[in-house]
Amino acid sequence: MPSLKDLKNRIGSVKNTRKITKAMQMVAAAKLRRAQEAAEAARPYATRMNAVIAGLTGAAAGSDSAPRLLAGTGSEQRHLLVVLTSERGLAGGFNSSIVKIARYQADKLRAEGKDVAIITVGRKGREQMKRDYSDRFVKHVDMGEVKAIDYAIARDIADDILDRFEAGDFDVATLFYNRFQSVIAQIPTARQIIPAVLDEAETEIETETGGASNLYDYEPGEEAILAELLPRSIATQIFAALLENAASEQGARMTAMDNATRNAGDMIDRLTTQYNRSRQAAITTELIEIIAGAEAL
Amino acid sequence: MADTMQFDLVSPERSLVSVPVREVRLPGTEGDLTAMPGHAPSIVTLRPGLVTVVDASGTATEFAVTGGFAEIAGDSVSLLAERGHPRAEITQEVYNEMLADAHRRKRAVDEREDVGHDAITAAAKLLADMQALGTHIGLDPDQATVPD
Repeated sequence: MPSLKDLKNRIGSVKNTRKITKAMQMVAAAKLRRAQEAAEAARPYATRMNAVIAGLTGAAAGSDSAPRLLAGTGSEQRHLLVVLTSERGLAGGFNSSIVKIARYQADKLRAEGKDVAIITVGRKGREQMKRDYSDRFVKHVDMGEVKAIDYAIARDIADDILDRFEAGDFDVATLFYNRFQSVIAQIPTARQIIPAVLDEAETEIETETGGASNLYDYEPGEEAILAELLPRSIATQIFAALLENAASEQGARMTAMDNATRNAGDMIDRLTTQYNRSRQAAITTELIEIIAGAEAL
Repeated sequence: MADTMQFDLVSPERSLVSVPVREVRLPGTEGDLTAMPGHAPSIVTLRPGLVTVVDASGTATEFAVTGGFAEIAGDSVSLLAERGHPRAEITQEVYNEMLADAHRRKRAVDEREDVGHDAITAAAKLLADMQALGTHIGLDPDQATVPD
């Protein structure tokens, strides 16, 4: 049985914890709004880029001279996994869920006898994957100094990946990140970026318009434009993934901190009840002692 | 026939401009061109340069873009640029930064031996276009610090 003093201290400490988690929740909520706005603002560019590429690839995919970024290297032996995580923890299962699917994919590829290389973005993912895969790490991008995600970061990452691709370091590249669905739901997603995969929705649009490539004049030629756009599209996809990830991180943290705040509240209630009971018990015991003492006289 | 069309300037981070315009002059990779309402649908890649937008009253606004591409349809022009600034916002500092980026890219390509001739030409051309842009709008390309 803890003493009254102990209980009081515990209540005090849990109250402090609640203050902190509450504050973190509110900060996350504010940051979430900003992250969502950023993701929203970046959408028109990505949509148009995808639409144009979808129009072009319809024609190019069949031909023999299709760019390697689209057609692939013809092999699927070497895989590059790009794992996007956050710099900070206390965000519920945010980082673990990304690492989990990345790990699953890495193990699966290894079991199939394929080569796996890993690029980590964000400290948390690197820490979690270090134990099993440290020999697979080829690069780490530190996001600690980054205040707001801008396109330049995505382009740097994309340039690095493209350099490796040009150098023949890998055949298939996949992005791992959390897709933001809502504040309570973030979906861990694996997205193949090289060779380019067309979303079903985009393909549908294309078939509806009967192949956009027939409608437009291209200057320079279709293939030259495609060769220029595909690398940009990689950067755009990474940028979109980073933004989604940032929104997801704040959403996950908000939910986690909301739970923590509620838990702390419950705990305070429980401890307060226990404290009051103990206090009452102490008073009763004291009274009984006094009455018993008085009766004995 | 409508005498204006919709002009959108979109960067990866956000939509910068969305206005009705009468004509758009674009710095295409293979030469400048002007798009007016009813232009044949085209997709054109751009080199770094100035985009001039003329609105219904004939007022011209200029934007500096660092490459990208434009999607021209009969009643709209969408310009997707990695960076775009209204000309007034291009100060020597902004320009220096843009130029430093071009220098960096060229250097990165120069240092690698495995890249093809095309990539080297492309990077050199990018740099040259950027320098031409600076001279054109009255900024000094030599002030940019070339990164080591």
